Amino acid sequence: MHELSLLENVRTILEEHAKNQNFERVEEVTLAIGALSCVEVEALKFAFQSVMKNSLAENATLHFKTIEGQGRCQHCEKLTRMEMLYDVCQHCGHSRVDVISGLEMKITELKVS
Amino acid sequence: MCGICGCSNPTGKFSPISSKADLLTMPHHAPEQHSPAEKARLIEVEDDLLGKNNAYAAENRAYFEKNNIFVLNLVSSPGAGKTTLLVETIKALKDKFPIAVIEGDQQTEHDADRIRATGIRALQINTGRMCHLDAHGIGHAVQSLGIEKNSFLAIENVGNLVCPSSFDLGEAHKVVVLSVTEGEDKPLKYPDMFHAADLMILNKIDLLPYVDFDVERCEEFARRVNPKIQILKLSATKSDNFSSWTDWLTSKIKP
Repeated sequence: MHELSLLENVRTILEEHAKNQNFERVEEVTLAIGALSCVEVEALKFAFQSVMKNSLAENATLHFKTIEGQGRCQHCEKLTRMEMLYDVCQHCGHSRVDVISGLEMKITELKVS
Repeated sequence: MCGICGCSNPTGKFSPISSKADLLTMPHHAPEQHSPAEKARLIEVEDDLLGKNNAYAAENRAYFEKNNIFVLNLVSSPGAGKTTLLVETIKALKDKFPIAVIEGDQQTEHDADRIRATGIRALQINTGRMCHLDAHGIGHAVQSLGIEKNSFLAIENVGNLVCPSSFDLGEAHKVVVLSVTEGEDKPLKYPDMFHAADLMILNKIDLLPYVDFDVERCEEFARRVNPKIQILKLSATKSDNFSSWTDWLTSKIKP
């Protein structure tokens, strides 16, 4: 349940932005989560309200964007879409694919007041 | 986005007010006319959820490099044999270079006690409800252990093939230990960990005659998840091929 630690990080980041960018409340938070990242969106949703309780983001709405997984095939060297870390190349079927994107977990947008 | 009040319409044609008629007649940007909801503004940010941990990890890594401390982060599911592997490693190598161990478990000092029985300094971190070690905790542990320069530090993470994969501790390499009493498809079931590791140790190979475990399939699965992963097959308790590991380790440590 490392989603709890991640959400505690979200809360700390929000508090720092509030200080630097002069706002008191966070109404909406958008997270961009890579399709290949080690995080469960449902678990983040589940724990979000309890972690944000008594913080500047109490009752904030949580939105998600997905960052697509993409890799480069070691065999045909083409870019290939990945939904799992063990996906084979969609062009030639080779099983050695290096991940290029889709491991990200970040906050991208806040609605604040 | 409007740079003055942060509402989403810089032209004023579609400010968030009640009716279309209002839209055409009301002047934009009269702050006193904004309700609290209208004061809300959007900010774009780019904050990695692991940014804080990564910053602590970078500090740890700089410290380790400066003091020539070679650090491994050992991860596995519970019972794969991490502690036994470490005990045997210490027995084999403790006369060659200084070794220290940080043990991570949710509860108890049992693993640290097993390490201390070899005469090596070990510090136990009890993570309580947390399922992984983090770089901040490792920074403090390193300070209180007082690790010598030119040494080997092994960090035995909490037995868990999921959460520790995301948390960089500042190590040189993550080493994932998998035992043949587990399923050969663990690399596919827990791909994040095998993707994050540089080395996989397939442990307990002395038990292969007694279990249904296809070594080749396991290696293929691991390489599919991580084409760069190195693989060593050994038994920590029966010493089978154990020197492949101590040789690997010795080649990395330059006292």
